[in-house]
Amino acid sequence: MSQPLIDIRNLTKHFQRGHQKIRAVDDVSLSIGIGEIVGLVGESGSGKSTLGRTLLGLDRKTSGEIFFKGSALPTVYRTGDFRRYARSMQMIFQDPYSSLNPRMTAGEIIGEALRLHSDFNKADIATRVEEWLVKVGLSIDHWGRYPHEFSGGQRQRIGIARALILEPEFVVCDEPISALDVSVQAQVVDLLAELKRSLSLTLLFIAHDLSMVRYVSDRMAVMYLGSLVEVGRSDRVFFDPKHPYTRLLIGSNPEPDPEQERSRERVSSIGEIPSQVDIPAGCRFANRCPHAMDVCHQVNPALQVVNAEADERLIACHLYP
Amino acid sequence: MALLEVSDLHVEFEVHGGWVQAVRGASFNVNEGETLAIVGESGCGKTVSVQSIMGLIQTPPGRITRGTAKLRGQNILGGQTADGREIRGVDIAMIFQDPMSSLNPTMTIGAQIAEPLIVHRGYSYRDAMRRAQELLEMTLIPDAASRAKEYPFEFSGGMLQRAMIAMAIACEPSVLIADEPTTALDVTIQSQILDLLVDLQGKNNMAIVLITHDLGVVAKIANDVAVMYAGEIVEHGSADDIFYRSAHPYTVGLKSAMPTNRPGSEQRLAPIAGVPPDLFDAPPGCGYAPRCPYAMDVCESTPPLDFGVGHEHQSRCWLHHEDCPQPAAEIHRA
Repeated sequence: MSQPLIDIRNLTKHFQRGHQKIRAVDDVSLSIGIGEIVGLVGESGSGKSTLGRTLLGLDRKTSGEIFFKGSALPTVYRTGDFRRYARSMQMIFQDPYSSLNPRMTAGEIIGEALRLHSDFNKADIATRVEEWLVKVGLSIDHWGRYPHEFSGGQRQRIGIARALILEPEFVVCDEPISALDVSVQAQVVDLLAELKRSLSLTLLFIAHDLSMVRYVSDRMAVMYLGSLVEVGRSDRVFFDPKHPYTRLLIGSNPEPDPEQERSRERVSSIGEIPSQVDIPAGCRFANRCPHAMDVCHQVNPALQVVNAEADERLIACHLYP
Repeated sequence: MALLEVSDLHVEFEVHGGWVQAVRGASFNVNEGETLAIVGESGCGKTVSVQSIMGLIQTPPGRITRGTAKLRGQNILGGQTADGREIRGVDIAMIFQDPMSSLNPTMTIGAQIAEPLIVHRGYSYRDAMRRAQELLEMTLIPDAASRAKEYPFEFSGGMLQRAMIAMAIACEPSVLIADEPTTALDVTIQSQILDLLVDLQGKNNMAIVLITHDLGVVAKIANDVAVMYAGEIVEHGSADDIFYRSAHPYTVGLKSAMPTNRPGSEQRLAPIAGVPPDLFDAPPGCGYAPRCPYAMDVCESTPPLDFGVGHEHQSRCWLHHEDCPQPAAEIHRA
């Protein structure tokens, strides 16, 4: 791979809650190439959103490093830093209801970033906002309307326009379609894919809908309890999952196809994701894993390239030496 | 005769300045030991339909203007039989989407499961608590005896949903209504809960009415499917009919808007353009016409009838009319 756009090295984010330390992201390394879409999947509480937020400096990292085009991003963002990086890195949020200021009109919301981060004058900003309203499938008449006047799908379009109007290079999409209906999900996904092509964006696509992630992304990264357990080409990971957790996750994903469902074997999943406060000593998945061996309870397996794999699959599991 | 038969249900709600027609003629039925899935997007009337059967519609603002719901031939619409016998929680029980906000935070889980037994079955408190513990074991909650003494906040989402299922099946209902029971849960927990429902159904021969928007969940557990759009059931048939021989353009649209995972398929998602109609000012013709790629003039002016398109498979669409110029079969090729 040529130089990655984003290079995450041993990123860790711990939250302190009273005397408890919540290990939301624990020693994650991942690189994202220019123009690539990486899908990040995992159950709730696995640290997907925290990873995305930490990348953009919305949460302060505990340790580790993040390189953007080869230069390290600051640990503590000061006023000027946000100003500097907001032009190149943006985020699309999950909840189109709470992420838009109810007292600003759609036009103001979309134009705000230009007002803050560019030297365009009012008229120029107005033209760009109009352009983007159309680009995301809204109409120019929507300019003066407030968020409550829009449907969920339309609000998500406003969120997309707001994030992309600065033409950033890297966008974190944090569950951009989870709150939307099926017919609207496809609209938003197609819009993102089209904008990705025309603007050559690089995306980190966080979602829990595995089928959608497979459809959207080039590579898929599977996260469990704060660390990555498997990374590889989306199709390969989806159709040939290696890590027992990935297998459980994909085996639990119901297919909209009764025949396939009837012939499917029941995956026996035991237990639930443990709390991030007392993470087990060895492999995090050992207590739920049907293949757990003694070593799994003692040594935490590292994420490594598995031999005999042409697709650069990374797996953190003692089953794959 | 089907166990539960709902026909021509109409429900409306008074809102500021008028009435919203939330359900506009819904008919469906469920057989003993089988699962009917009602699918559709948010706001299409799925939840309101089942709430009317359970008598959970608040009046005002809501009112049921037409229709019947018959359990073993007896009308129960509004939650009671004609002679006033309560059916809620006894013959028909319901589990809700969000277990966290549907349980009483100030009562222990055990006491909440015991409550219907004391109220409806005349159990003593002690017997009811013992039964509650058995029910928790049936729903695969580990360490049921001590878990029964805990409060909802001490349970995870998946465990709460199990507790709610335990509560719902306490009086051995013949129909279990599950309103998006797994939407708030992760896929691995979702599959545990769905397996549990199927197992319990096998044991008690319950009928399940499952409300969901996830066609994957439908494919996994439903025998029959009712597709709902804008307050109407637009297509009703067996799961295979709906997935492999879909007749209504909306069903076809829903399917092509979802990614499938057959290896090697290079599928493009085809979104359905537009949004569902505003039921405050319901359209005179077919509710789907403005979004439908096959819409004809008649669709905008006249509400379509139900057409039989196969064995126990109906579709509410003018394309199936014998005088329709464009053969309905073309939808499938599209």
